Amino acid sequence: MLEVVSFPTAAEAAAAMTPDSRFLGGGTLIMNRVNYFDARVKRIVHSPDPALRQIARDGDRIAIGAGVTMTGLIGHREVDFLTPAARAVGGPAIRNMATVGGNLMAPHPYGDLTVALLALGADLRMADGREMSLEAFLAERRGLVQAVLVRRPDSDALRFRKVARVKPKGVSVMSMAAHLTRAAGRLSGARVAYGAMGPTPLRVPAVEAALEGASLDANGIAPALAVATEGLELPDDPIASAWYRREVAPVHLRRLLLGEEAR
Amino acid sequence: MKTPITFTLNGEEAAVFVDPGGNLLDVLRRGCGDLSPKYGCGQGGCGACTVMIDGEAHIACLTLAETVAGRRVDTAGGLADGPDLHPLQIAFMEGFAAQCGYCTPGMLMAAKALLDRNPNPTRAEVDEAISGNLCRCTGYEPIIDAILEAAKHRGAA
Ligand SMILES: Cc1cc2nc3c(=O)[nH]c(=O)nc-3n(C[C@H](O)[C@H](O)[C@H](O)COP(=O)(O)OP(=O)(O)OC[C@H]3O[C@@H](n4cnc5c(N)ncnc54)[C@H](O)[C@@H]3O)c2cc1C
Ligand code: FES
Ligand code: FES
Repeated sequence: MLEVVSFPTAAEAAAAMTPDSRFLGGGTLIMNRVNYFDARVKRIVHSPDPALRQIARDGDRIAIGAGVTMTGLIGHREVDFLTPAARAVGGPAIRNMATVGGNLMAPHPYGDLTVALLALGADLRMADGREMSLEAFLAERRGLVQAVLVRRPDSDALRFRKVARVKPKGVSVMSMAAHLTRAAGRLSGARVAYGAMGPTPLRVPAVEAALEGASLDANGIAPALAVATEGLELPDDPIASAWYRREVAPVHLRRLLLGEEAR
Repeated sequence: MKTPITFTLNGEEAAVFVDPGGNLLDVLRRGCGDLSPKYGCGQGGCGACTVMIDGEAHIACLTLAETVAGRRVDTAGGLADGPDLHPLQIAFMEGFAAQCGYCTPGMLMAAKALLDRNPNPTRAEVDEAISGNLCRCTGYEPIIDAILEAAKHRGAA
């Protein structure tokens, strides 16, 4: 029998988590399972704690509460750079519900916002006070996330692109984000992440390496396009075959990097 | 164990007992007898169950019922003011924006959420606002036209 428990604060909710428990964000994924009697959902823990829904400066970073919704991100001054990725999630009613924390846990092909956070090099503050990189979290996806910590990118440095067959709403064939940091006019330390191209959103080390020291133009990025899917095990699913993903990835990567055809 | 909750439904207090894991759509239809929100998929995919919670469009079938305790829920069942239909309802009727009508309550609430926030939307904004709502009958164009028509009417009022 499913058990649902509520706690006034996130800290109390975190203390009450058991291996069987799922913390409720907006419920857009959990409730789907509950509605279809998925026995793996045994215990739901939730908390109306306003602290989970805040966006606030945190030293030189911005802390985004795990309970902030996509709508809460869109147009918020502190995190306006995340608007394109947040807008890419579902339709408006889903965006009013879907939380940042839930997006970090969302199974393939979901996790569009997480792709942008990964490119930004986000860290997570867990409810038990630990900090870890988003990348480390995605490897295990364990524990209750309290907040996502990001640094504001230089204007125009963060690029995001979602490829879907149905517009304006549709699941990702793939999503891509790049944080294009530069030194002396050349790319330096750029980070590139994909969604719907593996079991979780992931970074693309081959592309990042090929971009190091490159100029941001058609010639400069050509080596990166050549390795667009190198080292990835691409999903074969009803949305797109692995072959299709491999064929079109360089095209979308070029559009992302050169800012062609803004979505 | 059932949990008692109260919330405001279309301006009136509602008090219900909810099952563990029960969703808001079930509570509205079975607990409150408001049959206006429809069950299409139970997965968030069709939008037939769209309602407004504290003024924002939400998917009732994916809303854990107990999370609406103390909040304001509005459904298509509360749009009309007595015998006077809401401008959106009139525009849907006059523009043949409903055929079988199954998607209509969800469309109306998605549209209301848009017009409350943005009284003069562009066609693209209307398209976006109803992008989470499926209609198998109309081909969407009459629905989009009706929402734009209602916006004009409300603007003039
Ligand atoms: C119709 C539809 C369309 C969708 N379209 C998209 C899309 O385009 N792009 C996309 O990315 N996703 C999409 N989704 C998936 C989903 O809505 C989003 O990924 C959303 O961000 C999930 O968040 P949630 O708060 O609703 O998650 P929930 O359902 O509340 O939770 C999902 C998982 O995350 C865990 N969780 C929640 N909060 C935390 C936390 N703070 N710490 C640790 N674990 C946590 C839960 O325990 C659960 O396992 C769609 C879903 C639907 C139903
Ligand atoms: S019944 Fe809720 S979205 Fe289909
Ligand atoms: S009128 Fe029949 S589904 Fe829209």
